[in-house]
Amino acid sequence: MSKLKPIAVYIARGITLLLAVSICSFILASASPINPETRYRLSHPGVSDEKVAQMRDYWGIDEPPVQRYLGWLGGILRGDWGKSTSYRQPVLDVIGVRFKTSLALMLTAWTLSGLFGFGIGSLMAVFRGRPLDRIVKRVCLFMCSIPTFWIGLVFLAVFAAMLGWFPFGLAVPAGVPPEQVTLGQRIHHLILPALTLSFLSFSNLALHTREKLIDVYDSDFALFARARGESDTKILFRHGIRNALIPAITMQFGSFAELFGGSVFAENIFSYPGLGAAVSVAGTGATDIPLFLGIVMFSACFIFAGNLIANILTNLIDPRTKEAAR
Amino acid sequence: MLDVKNLSLSFRMYDGAFRRRDLKVIANLNVSVREGEILAVAGSSGSGKSLLAHAILGVLPKNAILEGEMLWFGKPLDAALQKKLRGHQLALVPQSVTYLDPLMRVGRQISKEKETVKELFGRYHLQDEVARRFPHELSGGMTRRILISAALAGEPKVVIADEPTPGLSPHLAEHAMKHFREIADSGSAVLLITHDIDLAVRFADRIAVFYAGTTVETANASDFADESLLRHPYSRALWRAMPQNGFSPTDGTQPYAGSLPAGCLYAPRCAMRTPECVSAPPEPRDIRGGEVSCLYAT
Repeated sequence: MSKLKPIAVYIARGITLLLAVSICSFILASASPINPETRYRLSHPGVSDEKVAQMRDYWGIDEPPVQRYLGWLGGILRGDWGKSTSYRQPVLDVIGVRFKTSLALMLTAWTLSGLFGFGIGSLMAVFRGRPLDRIVKRVCLFMCSIPTFWIGLVFLAVFAAMLGWFPFGLAVPAGVPPEQVTLGQRIHHLILPALTLSFLSFSNLALHTREKLIDVYDSDFALFARARGESDTKILFRHGIRNALIPAITMQFGSFAELFGGSVFAENIFSYPGLGAAVSVAGTGATDIPLFLGIVMFSACFIFAGNLIANILTNLIDPRTKEAAR
Repeated sequence: MLDVKNLSLSFRMYDGAFRRRDLKVIANLNVSVREGEILAVAGSSGSGKSLLAHAILGVLPKNAILEGEMLWFGKPLDAALQKKLRGHQLALVPQSVTYLDPLMRVGRQISKEKETVKELFGRYHLQDEVARRFPHELSGGMTRRILISAALAGEPKVVIADEPTPGLSPHLAEHAMKHFREIADSGSAVLLITHDIDLAVRFADRIAVFYAGTTVETANASDFADESLLRHPYSRALWRAMPQNGFSPTDGTQPYAGSLPAGCLYAPRCAMRTPECVSAPPEPRDIRGGEVSCLYAT
C-alpha cells in the first residue's frame, strides 16, 4: 500500500509538469510571428479580406489568449488535438501513425545501446588500466562528443554510398505497395538509422558502467570475495553485474529525452517517416502549430513515462529502497 | 603453520609523469602462528596491520611490492599457493558489514551449499530465516556472526581476523572472541589483528606488538601481567599507557609511511637510544621465551 505512495507522488508531479509544458509551449507558439492568418496570406497571395476574416474567426485569433489556451487544453483533454495543417488529418492520428514507425527505430536503438553499453562497460572494467581499457575508453569519450547528425552522415557515406549494404533512407523500399513490404525489408531499412541513434547513448552508458564496476572492484566486498578465492571474472558475474545493473537501468530509462531528441536528427538524415521527422516538418517549413504543440505534449509524456519507469524499477529491484518504502 | 620472515611492503607511487617513488609501509616484519593458538597482532592505527592480512592472503593492490619470505607449513607461500588456499584453508574474517555485497542475500554469500549455511547458522545461533536477509537488514551482532561463518565455510587451517570487535558491545565482543577460541582449540590457528590490547591480553596466547609497520616484540599474553616481563621499550610504554597501569602517555608520534627512520623505528622516541640504534635496524633475538628487536632488551 505505502509502496504506491511514491508512485502517486511522481504522477502528481508529472501532471503539474505537463501543465507547465503546455502553458510554456502555448505562450511560445502564440508569440511566434507565424499564425494561421500570415501563413494563409503567404500561401494564397491576393486573398480577399472577407476570406481572411472568416479564417480569423475559424482559428479564434481574435479571442483573448487565456480563452484560446483553455479551449486548446480542453480539446487535448477530450482527445481532440486539433487538425494538422500540413497532413490534413487529426493531430492525434498523425502522431499515432508516426510514433509507431518511430517506436520501432527508438526501441531497436535503445536496446542496442543498452546491450552494447553495458557489455562494453563491463569489458573495460575487467581490463581496467590495461591497454584494451585505455583504448576503448578513449574511443567512448570520443564518441560521446560526436553529434548524431554527423555519425549519421558518415554511416550513409560509408555503408550506403560506398559499400551499398544498406538503402539510403525511408522505412520501406520506394514504389512498393505497403502490403507487399516484407519484414526483412523493414529491418534492412531500420539498421542504419537505429545504429546512428544508438551511437548517441551507448558510449555514455559504457563509461558509467565502467565507473560503477570499478567502484565494485575497489569495494570491501570485492576484497572479501577475492580473499575467499573468487577471480575477477567470478566477481563480475557474482557481484559486479548485480551492483552495476541498477544505475544502468535508471540511466537507460532516463535517456528517453536524448533518444527522442536524437530521433529528430536520425529520421531527418535517413528520411525515415517517424515522429522525429514530423517535428521538423511541423516546426520549420510548414509551421503546423497544432501538430507541433501536439508533438511537444506527446514527447513530454513519453519522456516522463521513461523517468517514471526508471523510478519504479529502481524501487522494485533495489532491496535497500524496498526497505525504505516499507 | 604460517611464518612471516623479514617481510617488507612498499607501494609504488608516481609523482607527476616520471618521478617514481616507493612508499614503505611494512619493514622487517616477523611473525609466526602455531597450531591451536590465537596470535594477536596489536598496534595503533596506521601501523600496517590490515596490510599484513592482505599480504598473507595475496589480495594487495597491484602497485604493492612485497619482499621477504612467507612460509605455509614450511613451503613458500607464493601467488599460486595463495590462490589455492584462499577461501579454503586460509580464511579472512573481515571488519564490517561493508565486506558483504549489499545486493545479495547473506545466505548465498556464506556458501552455495544450503546445508553448510544451515550447519554454520546452527553453530552461531542464527535463525535460518536470517539467510534470506540482505546485509542492511542485519544487526551488528548478527553481522559479526555472519562474517565469522562466511570465513569458516571452507574449514580453514589459518583464520585471519581483521579487527573483528570494534562496534560490538563488550558482551558481544567477548562472544566473538569465544568463537575464535573455539576455532583455535579445534586445531586451527587464528591471527587476530586488533588495536585493543586488553582484549588481546585476555583471549590471545601470544601477542605480537606492532609499531610503524614492524613487529618490535612477540610476547606471551601472560607477559602483559607486569611491565618487567616485557622486553621492548615500546611494549613497556604501551603497558604503561593502559588505563589500569597508570594511563601515562609517551611523547612523540609513530613515524608515518614514507618517512621511516633508517635504524630502529622506535629510536626517535626511545629513552634508551644510543648511536647504534639509529644506524641499522636491530635483528630479532629470542629472550625469555619471546622474540624482540632491540639491542638493549633484557
